[in-house]
Amino acid sequence: MKNQLGKIKENIIEMLLFLSAIFSIIITGSIVFILFYESIGFFKEVSIIEFLTGKEWTPLFANPKFGVLPLIAGTFLTTGIAISIALPLGLIAAIYLSEYATHRVREILKPVLEVLAAIPTVVYGYFALLFLTPLLQKFIPQISSFNALSPGIIMGIMIIPYVTSVSEDSMRAVPMHIREGSYAMGATRFQTAIKVIIPAAFSGIGAGFTLGISRAIGETMVVAIAAGMMPNFTLNPLEPVQTFTSYIVQVSLGDVPHGTLEYKTIFAAGVTLFLITLIFNIIGFWLKKRIIIRGVY
Amino acid sequence: MEDIKKRIKIIKFWDYLFGIVGLLSTFVGVLLLVILFIDLFIDGAARLNYKFITSFPSRFPKEAGILSALVGTTLVMFVTAFVAVPLGVMAGIYLEEYAKKNWLTNIIEINIANLAGVPSIIYGLLALGLFVYFFKFGESIITGGLALALLILPIVITATRESIRAIPNSIREASYALGATKWQTVKNHIIPYSLGGTLTGIIIGLSRAIGETAPVITVGALTFITFLPSSPIVKRFPFISFKWLFDPFTVMPIQVFNWVSRPQKEFHINAAAAGVILLIMTLLMNAIAIYIRYRFRRKIKW
Repeated sequence: MKNQLGKIKENIIEMLLFLSAIFSIIITGSIVFILFYESIGFFKEVSIIEFLTGKEWTPLFANPKFGVLPLIAGTFLTTGIAISIALPLGLIAAIYLSEYATHRVREILKPVLEVLAAIPTVVYGYFALLFLTPLLQKFIPQISSFNALSPGIIMGIMIIPYVTSVSEDSMRAVPMHIREGSYAMGATRFQTAIKVIIPAAFSGIGAGFTLGISRAIGETMVVAIAAGMMPNFTLNPLEPVQTFTSYIVQVSLGDVPHGTLEYKTIFAAGVTLFLITLIFNIIGFWLKKRIIIRGVY
Repeated sequence: MEDIKKRIKIIKFWDYLFGIVGLLSTFVGVLLLVILFIDLFIDGAARLNYKFITSFPSRFPKEAGILSALVGTTLVMFVTAFVAVPLGVMAGIYLEEYAKKNWLTNIIEINIANLAGVPSIIYGLLALGLFVYFFKFGESIITGGLALALLILPIVITATRESIRAIPNSIREASYALGATKWQTVKNHIIPYSLGGTLTGIIIGLSRAIGETAPVITVGALTFITFLPSSPIVKRFPFISFKWLFDPFTVMPIQVFNWVSRPQKEFHINAAAAGVILLIMTLLMNAIAIYIRYRFRRKIKW
């Protein structure tokens, strides 16, 4: 009898644990459902062709226009600046930590670098708007006080840890005997890193790169604070721009009634943002999987 | 011969140069961190005092403070931890100790990895559609707390799984050999031994939630709150009240955002001061997490 009760208890506990694990799928399901449900309402009133090809984004004006291209341009401009800072710096840092640094130096520098990812993004936004932009204005006088360049640079430094940590992991996964083979041929650490380690760890570097891009696309507060909230269809980094994320923030700050077309626009912007980052996440995930397979030499 | 020597010299020089460049690029981030902290501290020093912490926001920058934001952050974090910790730890235990290797487990794992990469503002939209309008929780503390809980769930799950995975199988086998059931093994061995890593993950997750702004803005947290939520302790029976869960609120990062986006310079000083306090809170939590990890690593030797 006691045994029977014990068995039931075990089963109930397993059931509870299973339900918590399943919960994560429910979250994804609700995200997809909410985003699509609300944006279907949007696309009933605005044609998807107008949405994807329009060059003007003025949903809050009296005569609203719903062309998403300015937001795409703004998002990719800030992301492009960020990744062109983060990729070289992050990659060099990864090579340094994996191939050059002693154990002690690595143990100290890695956690410090991780702190960069832990700082609240709103603080980075403050820094971009009130420290970096005035500094840039001294060198580039024609830059406007809200611009894409300054938040792009700050975002770039912010995502260095994402690029570095995945790249470094995959470089360290390259077996020692491959490195030793290269050293035995008389190659220096630099030559080994460039000609042997980077090609061998290529998927991991690619994964760090795509995950960094996905982070930068989804980053909100830095651009909301320092890039201005101007949907400009431009690729000029000196001008103010608006991204998907900062548009959502702009609408959320105002008092937009539930169910109106303005309310639905943030979900249309959200679903586009979700799909773009999903593509990068899938590529990154796939590349990351390859590290483990390739790790077996 | 001379030629080869020269070539070797050049190659060695490059090797040496790259070592320096590598160290420098690693330090770019560190340098930014230091400048950021100093800049923020210098800007905000004038307002960093007791009165700033105990005052409500105000139209007059010199009288404004962060009391409602601090209380809001504390209460929201309470809800977040209350939801994310049990759910995350239980899901982690299931995936490591119970789950069979099948398609369902596979989907759950891919799904968690994907959730970790979803931009935080999307969680805000989810909470807006689901908690604010579907469940009718309104723009309240519980909505904000739940949004952040969903956001940090993948972090808690991953940390739990990693620390459970570090426990050697011999421990489990020893427990089974003494006739313990699966749950007894988990309760008496797996959970206590993995506590260090799990705790580290929970604190890091919460420190991320404290600094998150976007999802809380999206659910419609107010920026100008000059009152406190109703007290969780009341005079009449049953002495605790949950009315505060449904009160409007603001949190620290929103307060910083609100002040930084105003044109007046005086408000920027407030933003810097609040930023310093927010930064200290997150850095402190990270330091505690690192310390716990270090302590547990030293204490347990398999």
